Amino acid sequence: MIKLQTPISESEIRKLKIGDEVALSGIIVTGRDNAHKLMVDEKPDFIREYLKESVIYHCGPVVRKNDRDEWEFVSAGPTTSKREEPYQADVIEEYQVRGVIGKGGMGEKTLQGLQKTGAVYFHAIGGAGTLIARSVRQIKTVFKLEEFGTPEAFWVIEVQDLPLIVTMDSHLGSIHQKIDELSRRVADQLLAGKL
Amino acid sequence: MDLKEIFLDLLFKASTDLSPDVEDALKNALAREDDDTPAQGALSTILKNVKMARESGTPMCQDTGSVLFYIDLPENTPEKPYLEAIDQALKDATRRQYLRPNAVDSLTGSNSGNNIGINVPQVHFHHSDQEDVRIRLMLKGGGSENVGIQYKLPDSRLKAGRDLDGVRKLIIDAVYQAQGLGCAPGILGVGIGGDRVSSYALSKVQFFRKIGERHPMKELADLETKVLRELNTLGIGPMGFGGKTTVLDLFVDYQHRHPASFFVSISYTCWAFRRKSATIKKGEVHHD
Repeated sequence: MIKLQTPISESEIRKLKIGDEVALSGIIVTGRDNAHKLMVDEKPDFIREYLKESVIYHCGPVVRKNDRDEWEFVSAGPTTSKREEPYQADVIEEYQVRGVIGKGGMGEKTLQGLQKTGAVYFHAIGGAGTLIARSVRQIKTVFKLEEFGTPEAFWVIEVQDLPLIVTMDSHLGSIHQKIDELSRRVADQLLAGKL
Repeated sequence: MDLKEIFLDLLFKASTDLSPDVEDALKNALAREDDDTPAQGALSTILKNVKMARESGTPMCQDTGSVLFYIDLPENTPEKPYLEAIDQALKDATRRQYLRPNAVDSLTGSNSGNNIGINVPQVHFHHSDQEDVRIRLMLKGGGSENVGIQYKLPDSRLKAGRDLDGVRKLIIDAVYQAQGLGCAPGILGVGIGGDRVSSYALSKVQFFRKIGERHPMKELADLETKVLRELNTLGIGPMGFGGKTTVLDLFVDYQHRHPASFFVSISYTCWAFRRKSATIKKGEVHHD
């Protein structure tokens, strides 16, 4: 298990390889469909300082206000990343992001973007909403809450030891491509009735 | 007997308390995976999360899904009190964070904020001469719904004909295409026959079967067993990290079709396979 703390330098992130297990700590930002579209269309500056050398998390959390009227994460697993494929590489470059957290992996354009800027794709465990919410220590601030609603807002959060696995690295390595090829070969044999 | 409380209780349990048959299947899957693999890590995190969610009464997954109710009522029983109780229960469940607000206006993009909207939730009533009321609830995750797929037989790309071996090929293709995207290890519901709507409907209602519950007809039971074994050789594994468990189970059923059509619909549900049911017998609630 590799411990990582944001902000993350380019040389640190380039050391990571697919299959590495990581415990991530520090300040990161959630953002999904509306957030990615906005970051590409309008390139807003309000999120720049939080994303630089940090990580963007594809997540639409369940949140609540606690007794002190502060927001808390209740359940906060990853959402499917593929929907951000048209935007991700541009967001990484524009905001100098070092990592993307999500589930299901991403495509070729993102893989090229990871290599170019120096970033990786971290896979969180899909559905592990309660467990991941526990690793959120604090909500620093939130942007676009009124306009986008709770799942789509930019939540700036501090996490501790978020359990992740690197499934796409900055050297064009992708577990998703490997598994796709492997399962394609087995599927072809099964379809031909050869197994 | 407060109907709203019954619905609220079912919503809470479904969102926070994974059924024992699914949890056992996940434990068996964990035991099968090799040590120090991402697959083992994923399953062990999933099981930890299941335990935590149950203990803290918080949603196991932040996508608390689409809400589907299937309600069997005695003949001549009015539906309106049930619909009103469901609306109240959904508003309360959303306010208490048992559910994330998941009803989005398809034209404006705005979230209704309380899980109520046009044709949301889905409530399917069935009236019969039974005296008891049976309520079944499913919370169906959105990511896994997106990997569901409907085919027509014959399928020339897959060389699949209008027979059970053709159906087998479609299922293998569907799971290959899904990779880890439906939050594998998933569970499949397969509907053979019907029209486009009834075919998907049949596939989805299979999710009320228990893990390991085979179809009463031998040829379908054999198909389920064979395809389950084959799917788990694909090597997609938990979350698509690679591994021995790609699906936990699959349930097949069939119905008649129009001579021209042969639809096969495949619904996929994530490992967070959330469904609960209760029966109201003479005013008393029994949880199944």
